[in-house]
Amino acid sequence: MGKFVVKHIVRLTLLLLAVSAIAFGLIAASPVDPVQANVGQAAWVSMSEAKRAQLAEYWGVNTPIWERYVNWLGAVLHGDLGTSLRYNAPVADVIAWRAGNTLALMAVAWVVSGVLGFALGVVAGVKRGGVVDKVVKAYCFVLASTPAFWLGLLFLMVFAVGLGWFPIGFSVPIGKAAADVTFAEVAHHMVLPAITLSVVGVAQIALHTREKTIDVMESDYMRFARARGLTTWQAVRRHGLRNLALPAITLQFASISEIFGGSVLVEQVFSYPGLGQAAVTAALGGDAALLCAIAVFSAALVFGGNLIANILYGVIDPRIRKGEVSR
Amino acid sequence: MMPASRQTPFLSIPVLHVPLKRRVANRKLTVATGIAAAVALVIVVVAGQLLADRAVVADFAAKGLVPAPDHVFGTDWMGRDMFARTIAGLSTSVLVGLLAATVSAFIALALASVAALGGKRADAVVTWLIDLFMGIPHIVMLILISYALGKGFWGVTIAVAVTHWPSLTRVLRAEILQCRESQFVANARKLGQSRLQVALTHMVPYVLPQFIVGLVLLFPHAIMHEAAITFLGFGLPPDIPAIGIILSESMSYLSAGMWWLALFPGLALIATVMLFDVVGSNLRRVVDPHSSQE
Repeated sequence: MGKFVVKHIVRLTLLLLAVSAIAFGLIAASPVDPVQANVGQAAWVSMSEAKRAQLAEYWGVNTPIWERYVNWLGAVLHGDLGTSLRYNAPVADVIAWRAGNTLALMAVAWVVSGVLGFALGVVAGVKRGGVVDKVVKAYCFVLASTPAFWLGLLFLMVFAVGLGWFPIGFSVPIGKAAADVTFAEVAHHMVLPAITLSVVGVAQIALHTREKTIDVMESDYMRFARARGLTTWQAVRRHGLRNLALPAITLQFASISEIFGGSVLVEQVFSYPGLGQAAVTAALGGDAALLCAIAVFSAALVFGGNLIANILYGVIDPRIRKGEVSR
Repeated sequence: MMPASRQTPFLSIPVLHVPLKRRVANRKLTVATGIAAAVALVIVVVAGQLLADRAVVADFAAKGLVPAPDHVFGTDWMGRDMFARTIAGLSTSVLVGLLAATVSAFIALALASVAALGGKRADAVVTWLIDLFMGIPHIVMLILISYALGKGFWGVTIAVAVTHWPSLTRVLRAEILQCRESQFVANARKLGQSRLQVALTHMVPYVLPQFIVGLVLLFPHAIMHEAAITFLGFGLPPDIPAIGIILSESMSYLSAGMWWLALFPGLALIATVMLFDVVGSNLRRVVDPHSSQE
């Protein structure tokens, strides 16, 4: 088991290094000129040639890319992520504050979609062919084709603009000092984005659990449990759930990538100050340091989730742990 | 998939075969549904190209109209007909999606062949690449690539094209490996067929159906991601009517109560994506030998 974990951690480190190199390379390849993007159009026009050269030197336009990458990586390893140009603050601070918002949003959506999807999947699988099954299946197929941002827009129109139950955006009331914001207000602002993300996330886990439930219901041990006189739901509770729960949890860990992707879109719709919104702002405004840091952070999040999923697979199935079969 | 007798384990009435007539009708229905969906998509694309001019005509006498028989989807704040804009936008999105998904599928085919036939090293490299690409959240990767390419039409098309291959590569790699290890390929080699002959007469017919189905099932993903990235402001320029543009513009008018700007284009997008899904899954059912007789 120890070797299994170490192997995965080494892989994780290598993948993260590769991600940082790719992100850095892509950002460096961009035609968006960091000097022009950051001083602004008006200042750029009125600037003298010498001043421009000085700035270009300052932003390292003429340094070869690998040297910049090594410098950046060295600084990152020392805990210096650089300065965000759009937010005029250290990248680490920007990310720390926004990561809190995003992680809270993602955690709520992750748990809600997981629990709801699992429950729907089990019920649909047990009652295969029934009304509930048909409704759940239709729901999942429609939701799988629905863009998260459109659903967010819809919720915004109905619940925020139409009914006025929830605020239109942001994570705290506008014009209120940070110290005065109560937990209830923060939660109130998070409801709509979290519901949007959860509703979209349900589809995959519900369909997957439904398939598994159908397999389990046809297994010999379920047949035996029924033969001993248990009712369907008793048999499901005692013998089905423990067989269904672990694959569902692993799947949920592996789907962090999609939840993060969804949160980027949803944050944009709800003007929710999270990492996703910062990534969009950074990329539109040419804020290379912030964009790169967010890319690596999100990848670390996803790899962390995949790592847990892989380890859980190993826990469930000893054959994978011993490397006898691959998934 | 399961025989009918296993659906009710305790009251099993063995059904040995489904009546032949029903079977044929079912297969025909699957084919007909798939073709109907494909035709509907073609109509949308063609209509979109024809309506492209109408989609940008502003009529300030008819600003912000609620949906009515004259303008089925209403008009926007510049008096442009939302129905024309939606269809034209769908057409753009579908064409970008088709182009990008096709490129992506061919990347997948090439990488899968390299992985499955190129030896252990190549396999390890491709598997690692798949893990790498699956590790970065898709949207973040799309943002990075379209940023690197300076946004715009080519930015979004290339970004979608070079990010959609990993899952299909996995499927195709497994298929090719399975085919390579199979008895009939070994027999063909023993009977003296050259590698090229084996590839053409055994491998291609084995992998091609999976490839085509995988390609069609990539379309909906590509279209959705194109819309998403355009919505965020990285994709197509605002003067081209695209679904992402329409939805992102509608955001500014939501609080003014212009709900139809977002509702109908979104529904149309969902319908399009689901049509592609229908085409793909029906094609799979017809092509896949395990389910083609159901």
